[in-house]
Amino acid sequence: MSTGAARFAELHIDHVQRAFGDTVALRGMDLTIKGGEFIALLGPSGCGKSTALNCLAGLLPLTGGKITMDGKRIDDLPPERRGFGMVFQNYALFPHMSVRRNIGFGLSMRKVGKTELNRRVDEAIKLVQLTEHEHKFPAQLSGGQQQRVAIARAIVLEPPLVLMDEPLSNLDASLRLEMRTEIRRLHQSLGLTTVYVTHDQEEALALADRLVVLRLGEVQQIGSPEDVYAHPTNAYVAGFMGYRNMLRVTVESVDGENAVVTGEGVRLAGVNRESLPSGAAAVAAVRPEDFSLVVPNAASTENTVSAVVEIVEYHGREQAVEARLPSGEQLHVRTNSRLAPGDTVQLRVPVERVLIFAEGSSS
Amino acid sequence: MTATLEKPPPPLEKASLKHRLAERGVDRTLWLLVPGAIFVVVLFLYPVLYGLQLSFQPKDGGGPFGNYIKFFSDPYLRDTIWITLRLGLPAALINVLASIPIAFQLRGKFRGKRTITTMLVVPITLGTVLTAQGLIEYLGRAGWFNRVLLTLGVDEPIRLVHNYWGVLFSLVITGFPFAFLLTLSYLSGIDPSLEQAAATLGASRRDRFRHITLPLLAPGLAITFCLTFVLAFSVFPSAIMVGEPSGETHVMSIAAYETAFRDFDYSLGAAVAMLMALVMLAVIALVLVWRATLYRGATGGKG
Repeated sequence: MSTGAARFAELHIDHVQRAFGDTVALRGMDLTIKGGEFIALLGPSGCGKSTALNCLAGLLPLTGGKITMDGKRIDDLPPERRGFGMVFQNYALFPHMSVRRNIGFGLSMRKVGKTELNRRVDEAIKLVQLTEHEHKFPAQLSGGQQQRVAIARAIVLEPPLVLMDEPLSNLDASLRLEMRTEIRRLHQSLGLTTVYVTHDQEEALALADRLVVLRLGEVQQIGSPEDVYAHPTNAYVAGFMGYRNMLRVTVESVDGENAVVTGEGVRLAGVNRESLPSGAAAVAAVRPEDFSLVVPNAASTENTVSAVVEIVEYHGREQAVEARLPSGEQLHVRTNSRLAPGDTVQLRVPVERVLIFAEGSSS
Repeated sequence: MTATLEKPPPPLEKASLKHRLAERGVDRTLWLLVPGAIFVVVLFLYPVLYGLQLSFQPKDGGGPFGNYIKFFSDPYLRDTIWITLRLGLPAALINVLASIPIAFQLRGKFRGKRTITTMLVVPITLGTVLTAQGLIEYLGRAGWFNRVLLTLGVDEPIRLVHNYWGVLFSLVITGFPFAFLLTLSYLSGIDPSLEQAAATLGASRRDRFRHITLPLLAPGLAITFCLTFVLAFSVFPSAIMVGEPSGETHVMSIAAYETAFRDFDYSLGAAVAMLMALVMLAVIALVLVWRATLYRGATGGKG
């Protein structure tokens, strides 16, 4: 079933807005989706990502803006005439229909002939490895199997766009990893354009070609996983992308791209991501794994902080360490070295791995 | 094996009787059932069994089935079955069918939902007498409805009370709130994302109702039908007040009342009451047999 999917070249989401009464769930979202892309909408609950998806599906009317597919306006079409496949968070399988009838439902609504319908349903069932369960009812399946049915039901129509609303959030951890790979595999083999909503940054990074980070209904950053991971645009995105250390600092001096900041008893040089002037209040964001241990009394103390180890968690190859700065601020560090509570450590972080953002843009 | 050489293991100590009983749900909380059980025996079981044995002892003799033979050989009595069914079945059907679209429109959350629901349910509190009074005032020969028709140039006032129609209207007015409340709760139990999923799969509004909502609602509709049918089948006050109790609306409950308390033939009255119960049970059994063929599982999204 790798052929026949109705591809589009470009889908434009043009300043789409959605308000519920006085609360605005989505304020002016702009995004262009290219055919075959895998897009992840990422953000915590209430950021508008599900609203955006429902607007795309046609389940929620827009209160502003428009959506066009290859120049054709589609935001005034009801969901049944958009022809997008959707995978719901709670699967939304029809409980009174067998697996086969669930998967064939969309085809029969489209008046596809019986032989054609059976062939395509067979193919879809085989693709999600449910052949031996095809006559069971949803209630007789495990969570992972139900999830597969939901996916098969959406992709059997070979829709131009597949929408997935946190499809893995109801599964347990190991199954979630397995299904994640499955979704990636399906996307690679079928090339179906997909918009995937999640609050899990790891999931988004693993699956997507492009990430859209949302906060309070506003787009914070759009970019490739590498881009968003290494170069977040503001403190909020950084916090979401695993920059767990957010030190409250003041910009001391600016030098081109870089700046030196002080605060919390530390002095660090880092990348001035938002071109802050000296004297500005800022946060310095550092990933736990970007710290490295410095041998005691090393000659150079450039870009180092000293801290006292408080809690050590064993994670196999590395340790998660919680340490405290002299100012009392907590520091999250990951390291391969064996440390014990009470140790005083010198930690170095490369200049390019300290990101300096304006204060107040974090969550 | 060396088992013969060793001492046999000490027998497992048996759990106390109290624990074993508790395992089967027998404990002191069972006493809570006593008032209910007494209630059922004294106020339901005993009267029914008493009435049943009474119906087999005809006043005028003629063997244990004398009353039943009499009932079926007297057209005035026999026809009550058909007369009552002719009222009860359409009334129940109208109530169920009317409640579906209204409940369908009201199932979501919106402003004023409570007001509308309250207005629809108010007739429950009115009682049959008030409803009957209102029907006579409104639909009677000199009621507003006919006066409007007469001014519009209709020659004869239409008879809508003191006959079949009056009773049917009364049954619909008093039975609808029950049907509506039940249907609304069954509908609210269906996960709205199922319909959304069907929509994204290309199902039109009509298809969604036909293939998703209706099949999931049908078992609930069957129960709703049974309950409103039972209510309508035992109609008594409105059959007298807005009906024609000696003719078109000579329903079974009137027949039972008349034989027992006008003709003082308690035995025949009991037989009529037993037959009334039998007819109701037969209709309910038919509906439940049909219901058994439907999907009756969960109606949530996860199946």
